[in-house]
Amino acid sequence: MTSRVLHMIAKEFLQLRRDRYARIRLLVPPLVQLLMFGYAATFEVHRVQTVILDRDHTQESRDLLARLTASGRFEVTAVASNERELVEFVDHGHATLGVQIHPGFAERLRSGETAQAQVILDSTNSNTALIALRYVSQIGNGFAQDWARDRLVRTAPARLHLVPSVALAERPWYNPQFDSRWFFVPGVIGSLMFVLTVNLTAFAVVREREIGTLEQIMVTPIRPVEFILGKTLPSFLIGLALAFGITLVGTVWFRVPFRGNPLVLLLGTSLFLVTTLGTGLLISTLCRTQQQAFASSFFVMTPAFILSGFSFPIASMPRPLQWLTLINPLRYFLVVLRSTFLKGVGLSVLWPNMLAMAALGTVVLVVSVLRFQKSLD
Amino acid sequence: MNWGRAVAIGRKEVTQIRRDPRSLLIAFLMPVLQMALLGYGARLDAKHLAVYVFDRDGTQDSQALLERFRASEYFELVRAVDDYGALAAAIDAGRCKLGVVVPPDFSRRLRDGDGVTVQALVDATDDNTANLAIGYAQGVVGAYSAAVQLDWIRRQGLPDRVAAPPLSIEARTWYNEDLDSRNFIIPGIVALAMSLVGALLASLTVAREWERGTMEQLVSTPVTAREIMVGKLAPYFAIGLADAALCVGTGVFWFEVPFRGTVDTLVIATALFLVVTLAIAFMISVAIPSQIGASQMAILVTLLPFNMLSGFAFPIDQMPAAIRLITYLVWGRYYLTVLKAVFLKGSGVLAIAEPMLAMVVYAVVVGTLATRAFRKTLK
Repeated sequence: MTSRVLHMIAKEFLQLRRDRYARIRLLVPPLVQLLMFGYAATFEVHRVQTVILDRDHTQESRDLLARLTASGRFEVTAVASNERELVEFVDHGHATLGVQIHPGFAERLRSGETAQAQVILDSTNSNTALIALRYVSQIGNGFAQDWARDRLVRTAPARLHLVPSVALAERPWYNPQFDSRWFFVPGVIGSLMFVLTVNLTAFAVVREREIGTLEQIMVTPIRPVEFILGKTLPSFLIGLALAFGITLVGTVWFRVPFRGNPLVLLLGTSLFLVTTLGTGLLISTLCRTQQQAFASSFFVMTPAFILSGFSFPIASMPRPLQWLTLINPLRYFLVVLRSTFLKGVGLSVLWPNMLAMAALGTVVLVVSVLRFQKSLD
Repeated sequence: MNWGRAVAIGRKEVTQIRRDPRSLLIAFLMPVLQMALLGYGARLDAKHLAVYVFDRDGTQDSQALLERFRASEYFELVRAVDDYGALAAAIDAGRCKLGVVVPPDFSRRLRDGDGVTVQALVDATDDNTANLAIGYAQGVVGAYSAAVQLDWIRRQGLPDRVAAPPLSIEARTWYNEDLDSRNFIIPGIVALAMSLVGALLASLTVAREWERGTMEQLVSTPVTAREIMVGKLAPYFAIGLADAALCVGTGVFWFEVPFRGTVDTLVIATALFLVVTLAIAFMISVAIPSQIGASQMAILVTLLPFNMLSGFAFPIDQMPAAIRLITYLVWGRYYLTVLKAVFLKGSGVLAIAEPMLAMVVYAVVVGTLATRAFRKTLK
C-alpha cells in the first residue's frame, strides 16, 4: 500500500513540476498577498490630513492646534481662511479632519467659561473616523485638564494639591505599539493556507476527471483510500511548506514576534490542514470541471473569511452569525496562530481550538471520502 | 467594423453563458451573499467588549467606578476576580479583552485628594479593537474623574463654575453621521460584484476557445479582432450592469445605505469601471490559454488589488509612500471615490471630476490595448 501511495505522490509532484502555470499560481498569489498584508493592511491612524481654521489667533488657540500636530496623529495639510474653504477641503476629500476655533476662544477660557472647538470629520471610513475621534478627544482632554488645574490654582491655590483625580493607565499586552502588521501577518498564514490547499486538492482530483484519466487510475490495483492519500498528502506537504515559509518571512522580514512553541503551531497547522484537505476533496466530488471547482471553492471561501475573525471581530457579529463561525475551521486556526505568535500561550489554553479542528476535520474527511467513493461507482 | 459579425459573436457568447448557469449564478449570488455577510457581520466598531475586573479596594468608591463600566454599552463586565493571576490568565486565554485593576488604596487616596491611577490591561492582539477599547475606557474613567472633582469642589464650598470643563469639542461626523461601518463597506461591494463578473466570467471567454479547440474555427472566419472583442464582452457588460443594479438596490433598499448623489453619475462611473475591468479580463484571457489559469490570474489582477489597495478595506493615506504610489494604478480606487461620493457625500460633479477623468483615461488606454491584444494567428 505504501509504495502505491508513494507512486501517486511522486506523480503529483511530477505533474506540478511540468506545469509552469500551476507553479506560478501556487507561488505568486501567496507572495503578493503576504506583501500587501504586510505593507498595506493597517487600521492604525497616523498623519490624518487636517485642515485648520483658527479664527481666534491667540496663544491659547495655537496651543491647542500645536498639541494636535505634536501628537503625530494629525498633519496640517492646509490652512483655511474662512468656513466655506474649510468645508470645501473636507468635501473634496483633500482633508479628513477640519478643526475650527471660533473667535473668543481664549477669552472664554480665561474667564472660566467653556471654550469650544469644532471638529469636522470625513466619516466615510467609519473606522478611521472613530479612531481619529478618540485621539482628538484625548488631546482635548489633556488641554482641558491643564486649564482646569490652572483655573484652580487661581481660585484656590492653597488647596490645589488636594484635588482628587482618576486617570487610566493603559497596558496594551502582546502588541504594545498597536501594530496592525502583528495582527494581520499571522492571520495571513491561515487564510493563504486555506485558499491554497483547498484549491490544490480540489483541482488535483477534478483534473483527472476532466481529462478522463480518473478511469485509467481506477482500473489499476490502487484502492480509493490510497488514491485519496496520494492526492491529499502532496497538498498537506505543500501547505506545511507554505506555513513555514510565511512564518519565516513574517518573523524575519516583517519582524512579527514568535513567542510560543513551534510544535504547538505545527500541531494546529496539521489539524487545520486535515479540515482544508477534506473540504477540497468534498468540493471535488461536486464538480466536473476545474472551472466549476474554482468557482465553488470561491463560494465556500468568501464566507469562511468574513466569518473567521480574520479582520472583523467575531464578538461584534450578531448572534446567528457567531453561531455560524463555530463550524469554520479557520476561526480556530486563527486563534492558534495569533496566540502562538503574539501571546506565547500553549496547549493548556489552546486545547479547545485544537479539539474543535480535530472534530471538524474528522467529520469533513469522513463525509468527503464516503462521497468520493460513491462518485466512483 | 462589421456590427453584424460582432452581434453574431455576442449571440454565441450568450449561448455559452447560458450553458454554464453555475458561473452566472455565482456572479449574481456572490455579491448578495457578501453584502449579507459584510452588512451584518462586518463591524469594526466594538460593543459589549468582555471585561474582567480586579477590585483591590472593594469600597463604595471603587464600585461606583466599576458601575460606570457596567452601564456603558461598550463594555460587559463578565466577572470579578480576586487575584492578578486569574486576570492575566483570562486575557491569555482570550476570555476577556480588557482587565480593569483598581488599586488597593483607591478610596483612601481619593479622600486625601490624590491622583489615582486605574490600570487597564488590554489584549492588543487585535490592535484596532484594543485601540477602541482604550478610547472607551478613557471616556468612562474621565467622566468618573470629573464627577469626583465636581463633588470635591462642592464640598469645598467653591462655585460649580470652577468645575465647568474648560474645553468642549463639538465633533461632527460628516457623511456617515452614526459612524456605521455598513455605510462604508456596502458601496464598495458594488465594485466587488463587477470585478467578480470580470474574474469569474469574462476572463474565460478566449481561454475557452483555446481549451475547446474552437480557436482554429474562429480564426478561419472573416471576423476581425475588434469585432471579437466587442461581441464577446458586450454580454458581460450587460451582466455587470445588472449585477451593479442588484447591489445598489439591495444596499439602498434593504440595508438602507444613504444615496445622496445622482443616478447618472453612478451609471457613467459604473460603465467606465466595467469597461476597464472587462478589457483587462479580456487581455488576460487572450494571454493565458487555460480557463482556470485565466480566472485565477484575473482574481490576482482585479479582485485582490481592489480589496487591498483601493481604500475599500484599508485607508490609502495610512499606507507607506511606495504603496500609495501603486494605488494610483488600481482603477477601483477611482471608482470607489465616486461610489462614496454618490452614496454618502452627495458631492457635485466638480468634486469627483478627478477620479472620473482618471477612469476615462484608464478606459481609453486599456480599451485600445485590448483591441490589439487578440491576434488572429495560431501559435
